[in-house]
Amino acid sequence: MTIGWYLAVSALIFAIGAGGVLVRRNPLVILLCLELMLNAANLALIGFSRMWGNGDGQIFALIVMVVAACEVTVGLGLIVAMHRRRLPIDVDEMRELQG
Amino acid sequence: MSATTAAWLVLAAPLAGTIVIGALFHRLGGRAAGWIGTAAIAVSFVFALITLAKVQQHAPGQRELTSTLWTIAGTTGVDARATILVDPLSVLMICVVAGVSTLIHLYSVSYLQGDRGYSRFFAYLNFFVFSMLLLVLAGNFLLLIVGWAFVGAASYMLISFWYRRTTATSAGMKAFVINVLGDIGLVLGTFFIFRHTHTFDLVASFHAAPHVFASGSGDVTAGCLLLLVGAFAKSAQIPLHTWLPDAMEGPTPVSALIHAATMVTAGVYLIARMHPLFQLAPAAGDVGAIIGALTLLIAGTIGLAATDLKRVIAYSTMSQIGYMIMGVSIGAYTAGLFHLMTHAFFKALLFMAAGSLISAMGAVQSLDRMSGLRRALPFTFASFLIGGLALTGVPPFSGFFSKDSILLFAAGRGGWHWALYVAGYLGAFLTGLYTFRMIFRAFLGEPCPEAVELIEHGHVFHPAAPVNPANGEVEDTDVGFPGPDHVIAERALPMRAAMSVLALLAIVGGIVSIPKTTSWLDHFLAPTFADSTLTSHSSNGLLYFGLILGAAISLASIAVAYVVWVARPGLAPAIAARLPRLTTLFENKWYFDEEIDALVVRPGAWFGRFAQNTFERVIVNGLLIGGSTGLVRAGSALVRGTQSGILRVYAGMMLVGIAGVGLYFLLQS
Repeated sequence: MTIGWYLAVSALIFAIGAGGVLVRRNPLVILLCLELMLNAANLALIGFSRMWGNGDGQIFALIVMVVAACEVTVGLGLIVAMHRRRLPIDVDEMRELQG
Repeated sequence: MSATTAAWLVLAAPLAGTIVIGALFHRLGGRAAGWIGTAAIAVSFVFALITLAKVQQHAPGQRELTSTLWTIAGTTGVDARATILVDPLSVLMICVVAGVSTLIHLYSVSYLQGDRGYSRFFAYLNFFVFSMLLLVLAGNFLLLIVGWAFVGAASYMLISFWYRRTTATSAGMKAFVINVLGDIGLVLGTFFIFRHTHTFDLVASFHAAPHVFASGSGDVTAGCLLLLVGAFAKSAQIPLHTWLPDAMEGPTPVSALIHAATMVTAGVYLIARMHPLFQLAPAAGDVGAIIGALTLLIAGTIGLAATDLKRVIAYSTMSQIGYMIMGVSIGAYTAGLFHLMTHAFFKALLFMAAGSLISAMGAVQSLDRMSGLRRALPFTFASFLIGGLALTGVPPFSGFFSKDSILLFAAGRGGWHWALYVAGYLGAFLTGLYTFRMIFRAFLGEPCPEAVELIEHGHVFHPAAPVNPANGEVEDTDVGFPGPDHVIAERALPMRAAMSVLALLAIVGGIVSIPKTTSWLDHFLAPTFADSTLTSHSSNGLLYFGLILGAAISLASIAVAYVVWVARPGLAPAIAARLPRLTTLFENKWYFDEEIDALVVRPGAWFGRFAQNTFERVIVNGLLIGGSTGLVRAGSALVRGTQSGILRVYAGMMLVGIAGVGLYFLLQS
């Protein structure tokens, strides 16, 4: 099986994730979509790793997972904080940084 | 000790005096500052005499000594060094300046006592003397300009010395502004000369000048005319003279020092010093001679109408400086400097006597209020009389010989210089008239109340509520005139000592150059002016005719003054009433203030308003500043629109951006 299929699946998942980030308003779902994008990248990395036959890509994938874990921690923490302060769970409502 | 070392010490002493008095300003009680200041100038004078003696030891051809202490800036084409030039001319000047200044300091020790600014006064006074000595000792154009500007600054500080008086502060500003005009002339003139000679050094410039300038060429004439502007501003020649009468707002010793003996002679010195250049520019010399002659006549006529005692003497100074400027402009260098020296003696004496007189009058300076002070102030009267006789040029007083030697030289030049000769003797008549008008009105006649108080009660008149006679403002006696003490020469030994020495010099000062008898001054100055091409051919007959004419005119003017102001008291007002137009012209000082106001001040103010209202508001504020801020504001509004605060828009932009960058690199590869 050529690398093309792996990359196609990866690209598809990345596009789904990116589309989710752009269209959904619930921060929880946005986080999930972000995870999709990261894992699409992981899939591509592992595909490349297999193609070249060395482990560099896998190590990258592991690191991405660590970063993703950190990011989820921070992101979920933010969502919990929003919930506690009874703020709306909607990213479009949170626009105080408007210039 | 060499001559140049002594000359450096001449400069160092007053500078040290300034620094010591300035630094210990608060600690010096009593008259300490005065004595320190006097001692500093006295030391300077002693070194000036040593310089004189040392210079005399050189052969006559080698009396032009220079000494460089350090290089201020030395690059290609610029040779700025701290150089002094010691030659007979500068030695004569330092001796006169330091000598007369010593006596004036001595006088001020008593005269200013009780004034709250006593230490400040002496710090300024020492600084002034330092500046003047720097000016005359300067060996290159740079130091000359520095000294020149310092003198202007020092005069500003001293004229505005009583800074609570509005008249004094405005007089100080006027003097400073007009002097800066002269500074500009001097600097621009220097550039004209430097452009061709490529050196700032005076001696080198003079040596190079005949080779680089054709006689009467445009550049050297322009340079010399600009130097003349500087000389006119400093020496109060028409039309830059209006600061000098106003400068009488300063304390009287300041008038004696700055406006009689030293500062105003700087212009005369400048022309004498630059004589190798002026000889290449005969047109500039002619301008100087004509302006000098005009000044001596116009100032004389104003002196006839002025009623303020010090202003009469100030106009007389202008008139006498007119003689000197005329003299050095036509090539009578020795005669001009001779008159400078004798004038320094008798004019300082006159101002000192006037100071004593004004003290006795409780700060009143108007001649209308003075009369019969002869018995109240015998010593002052005697000094004033000696000064007046010397000023009028009565033989054998010093002014007699010096004035006549200038006019003799003018006659010897022939041609249109005869007009100067006539103007000079006409001016001499006016001099006698206004001088003795002043003396007769102040000292003869019925004693005024102030004189009676001094004679009968033995104490000096103090006004109950002192007001500034110029504008009627109530005086701040703490920092202003008259201070708590009024000092008259009869009761202060230092004043009497200073005036006695000057009176002696005013009588015998002429001895250095009596025609056919002594010619010490001529021999002394000969090396400096040996290269002079402007020569005068006069016969013995002309010499004797001039001397007799001078004596006759001076005696006649005194006689006329006696008739008009003493013998027939009603005559002066009657003459004034018969000539109303002339009287108003003289009383309004030939409308010079008004003319300058109309020609310079008001157009200047109009241009300033135009610049503020039109140029600054419309072009600078509206177009330049408004334009640039508008541009930044519009640009930022454009960028600000993208900052919506919506997270998903940011994410979308990021995606598009990264995709765009990725695509770009893909297409590139």
